[in-house]
Amino acid sequence: MLTIGLTHYLIVGALVFGLGLFCVLTRRNALGVLMGVELVLNSANINYLAFARYGTFSYDGQVFAIFVIMLAAAEAAIGLAIVLGIYQTFQTIDLEATETLRG
Amino acid sequence: MEALVFYLVAGITVASALGVAFSRNIVYSAFALMGTFMGAAGLFVMLAADFIAVVQVLVYVGGILVLMLFAVMLTHRIADVQVSNRSVGTLPALAIVTVLGGVMGRAILTTEWHTIAQPEAQPATYAIGEGFLTTYLLPFELASLVLLAALIGAVVLSRKELKATD
Repeated sequence: MLTIGLTHYLIVGALVFGLGLFCVLTRRNALGVLMGVELVLNSANINYLAFARYGTFSYDGQVFAIFVIMLAAAEAAIGLAIVLGIYQTFQTIDLEATETLRG
Repeated sequence: MEALVFYLVAGITVASALGVAFSRNIVYSAFALMGTFMGAAGLFVMLAADFIAVVQVLVYVGGILVLMLFAVMLTHRIADVQVSNRSVGTLPALAIVTVLGGVMGRAILTTEWHTIAQPEAQPATYAIGEGFLTTYLLPFELASLVLLAALIGAVVLSRKELKATD
């Protein structure tokens, strides 16, 4: 317990991932769902860096983490633009109210 | 000492993530998200990823989180008492997350991870920069293209529709 190893970081990553997934599954506010996605991406980054540190000690994992951060930024920008578009159309961002496409 | 710092930082991260997932107020969720991002940055520092930690603070806390708060404020009638951060289907979601978490936890705890002896942590910026300009040059350029596309897409999606009137 006192020496911190790979498993500790992996467990933290798994916990954050689980909470993010829970957020995505249960939130009905579109912004809440986006926050859940950010949590999931962050947990992936924790795992990347943990494996980079304890697995090989190369910098490939860190480069991948940068790409993940880049994609998260792009995702947030587009996602929030879509949310604002939904708000202008429906006057709400509750995902259950925006089901015009439901067959 | 290292263990103490780790448990502190990890505790902040997980507790803030709990706040994001369970808070009933979307504004509180957004601020809890900041705690998660900062905690993750602390973990990155402990994993000898100094550059990523700084990028995490700059991009996530300085960029994405501010953007999210803007969106929260723009899509909310502030005076509205009925704060809409509803959660539905909690029980099925809890079941799914528990099963998945059990599988992941078992995989983490039972696998014999191949780890190496820990060398002294070096500043990572030089190696990352060299990687971007040699091995990862093509993904790097593609990333800039993706960012450009996201920029244009966000502008197109969120601009006001200007009708050409006579």
